[in-house]
Amino acid sequence: MLSFLGILFDGLAYGTLLFLISVGLSVTLGLMGFINLAHGVFAMAGGYLLVFLMAHIGLGFFESLPLVFLVIAMASVVLERLLYRPLYRSTALDQVLLTIGVVFIAVAGANWIWGPGQQPVALPEILDGQVSLGGIGLSRYHLFLIAIGATLTLLLVFGLERTHFGARIRASVDRQRTAEAMGIDVVRVFQLTFAIGSGLAGLGGALGVTVLGLDPYFPLKFLVYFLLVVVVGGPGTVTGTLLAGLLLGVADVVGKYYVPDLGGFVIYVAMIVLLVAFPHGLLGRRAST
Amino acid sequence: MSANADQRPDVPPYIAVLQARERWTPAEIAFWGFCCAAYFLFPKSLMFASQVLITGLFALSLDLILGYAGIVTLGHAAFFGLGAYTAGLLSTHGLQEPLTGLAIASMVAALAGYVTSFLVLRGGDLARLMITLGIALLLHEIANRATDITGGVDGLQGVEVGALLGMYRFDLQGRLGYLYVLAVTFGLFFLVRALMASPYGLSVRAIRENPRRATVLGVPIRARLTNIYTFAALIAGVAGALLTQTTQFVGIDVLDFQRSAYLLIILIIGGTGTLYGGFLGAAAFLFAQDRLSNLNAQYWLFWLGICLVIVTRYLRGGIMGGLAGARRRLSAWWARRFPR
Repeated sequence: MLSFLGILFDGLAYGTLLFLISVGLSVTLGLMGFINLAHGVFAMAGGYLLVFLMAHIGLGFFESLPLVFLVIAMASVVLERLLYRPLYRSTALDQVLLTIGVVFIAVAGANWIWGPGQQPVALPEILDGQVSLGGIGLSRYHLFLIAIGATLTLLLVFGLERTHFGARIRASVDRQRTAEAMGIDVVRVFQLTFAIGSGLAGLGGALGVTVLGLDPYFPLKFLVYFLLVVVVGGPGTVTGTLLAGLLLGVADVVGKYYVPDLGGFVIYVAMIVLLVAFPHGLLGRRAST
Repeated sequence: MSANADQRPDVPPYIAVLQARERWTPAEIAFWGFCCAAYFLFPKSLMFASQVLITGLFALSLDLILGYAGIVTLGHAAFFGLGAYTAGLLSTHGLQEPLTGLAIASMVAALAGYVTSFLVLRGGDLARLMITLGIALLLHEIANRATDITGGVDGLQGVEVGALLGMYRFDLQGRLGYLYVLAVTFGLFFLVRALMASPYGLSVRAIRENPRRATVLGVPIRARLTNIYTFAALIAGVAGALLTQTTQFVGIDVLDFQRSAYLLIILIIGGTGTLYGGFLGAAAFLFAQDRLSNLNAQYWLFWLGICLVIVTRYLRGGIMGGLAGARRRLSAWWARRFPR
C-alpha cells in the first residue's frame, strides 16, 4: 500500500510535467484549431536552454527557470509569426506537414549542436534526495514539481476565470467570430496566449530534464503523450488538460511499474479507447477543428 | 480543324469529359513504357528501382484515402508493416510461393483496414490523426515485444522466397524481382485507375469535396469510406509484402512512425489526388535520400524538414501540380508564338 502511494506520487509528478508542457498545445488547438505536432520542440528547446545556461553561463537552477520561460516564449512568437500564422485556415494535412517539418529541423539541429546523447542537469542540493512523509520516502524534486504545477495551475485558472484577458481568451475559444464582432482582436489574443503556452512548455521541458530525459528525439518520443493529454482533456480547457495530464501520468507510471512487459501498450490502448469513447475530450466544450 | 474535331457531335459535353478521364494519355503510356525500359537501361540499380515502385505503390494507397477520400492518417505504415510481416512469417513457416504469400498478406492487411476503419472514421481530422498514429504505434510495440515471432529490433531473418509460378527463381541482382514488382504494381494501378474513373471514384471525391452535398446526392458516405479505407489497406499490404519478398528480410522499421511520415511527405512532394504523384514523389524522395543520407543522416533530416516547410508554404500541388502548371504555361506560350 505504501509503495503504491509512492508510485502514485511519482505518477502525479510526471503528470504535472505532462500538463505543463501540454497546456500550450491545448490553447493552440482550442483557439486556432491548429494541429501543432511541433509543440514538443518548445519543451526540448527549454531543456537545452537550461543545460546551456547552467553549464556555460554558470547560472543556478532557480535563476535559469524564469529565463527559460521568457526566452522560449519570445522565440515562439517569432515562429508563430513566420510559419504558423499563414496556415491557420489551411487543412489539417498542411498543418501536420509543416509542423512535422519543424520537428525534423529541430531534431537535426539539436543533434548537430549537442550530439545524440542524453544531457545531464545537476539539481541544486535542496532538491536532491528524499523526505519522509508518513513513512513514505518522497523525492524532494517531485514534491517541488507538484508544487510548481499546483501554483501555475492556480495562476492559470485565476488568469482565465478572473482577469479581463482571460475573458477574452475564453470568448475567443467559445466562438471566434462573435468574439471578433465584439471587438476582440483574436489574432493578438492568440499570439500572447501562444507565447505563454510555449513558455510553459519550455519551462516544463527544463523541469523535466531529469524526469523525462533530454535528447534530440524528445519531440518525437513524447509527441503522442502531449497530443493525448490535449485531446483527452479537450482542447482549450486548462482543468481538462490538468486532469488528463495527471491521469495519464499516473496510468503510465503505474503501468510501467506493475506490468513492465507491456511497455507502451497501456498508453496506446488508453489513447485509442479514450479517443473512441470521448471524441471531444473528457471535459471538452466543443469539437476541435 | 479545331481541337474538338474528334468529339462526336452526338456525345454531350459532360460525357465527353468523363470519357476523357478514362482515356490513357500519351504521358501515362510513356511513364509505364519508361518503367519497362528501366529494366534494360539500369541493369545495375534494379533493386533501387524496385524500391521506388514499391514505395510508389504504397503512396498510391495513401493517395486513395488522402488524395481522393480526404482521410488524414499518420499511421499508414501499420498496413505496410502487416503485409511485410505476414509475407515474411508465411515464408519462414514454409509457405514460400510468392503469389500465395502476396495474396494472404494483402488479405490480412485488408482485414486490419476493415476492422480499424470503424475506429478511424468516427471523429474529425485530429481524432483520425491520433487514432491512426495510435494503431501504428501499437503494432510497432507488438512487433518490438514479440521477439520470438518477429525477431524484434533485429528483424525477421531467414525469409526465403520460392520460384515464381513454380519456374522462375529470384536472382541476386533483383532482375526478376523488378519485373515481378512492376507487374504487380501495374496490375494494381490499372485497377485503381479504373476504379477512380468510375462513378464509384467520383462519389468518393464528392465526399471529400462536400460531405453534406454528397449525402444529399445519395452517396452512402460511411460505406464508401469504409471500403476505400479497406482497399487502401490492401494495397499497402501488397506493397509491404513486395518489399519482404524482394529484400528477403523484414526490419521493424516497416512499422516506424517515420515511414508513415515519409510516406505523407512523398505523396505531398509528388502531388495528391493524381495517381502518379506517389510514384514521382517516391522517385524524387528515395533518390535524394540515397544521395544525402550518404553524406550524413542528420543532414538529410534537416533538409527534409526545410523541404517540407517550403512545400507546404509555397509549392502547393507538388511535382504533379508543378508539371501541370508548366504544361499550361508552355501551351499558352505556344499559342502566343504560333497563333492559329
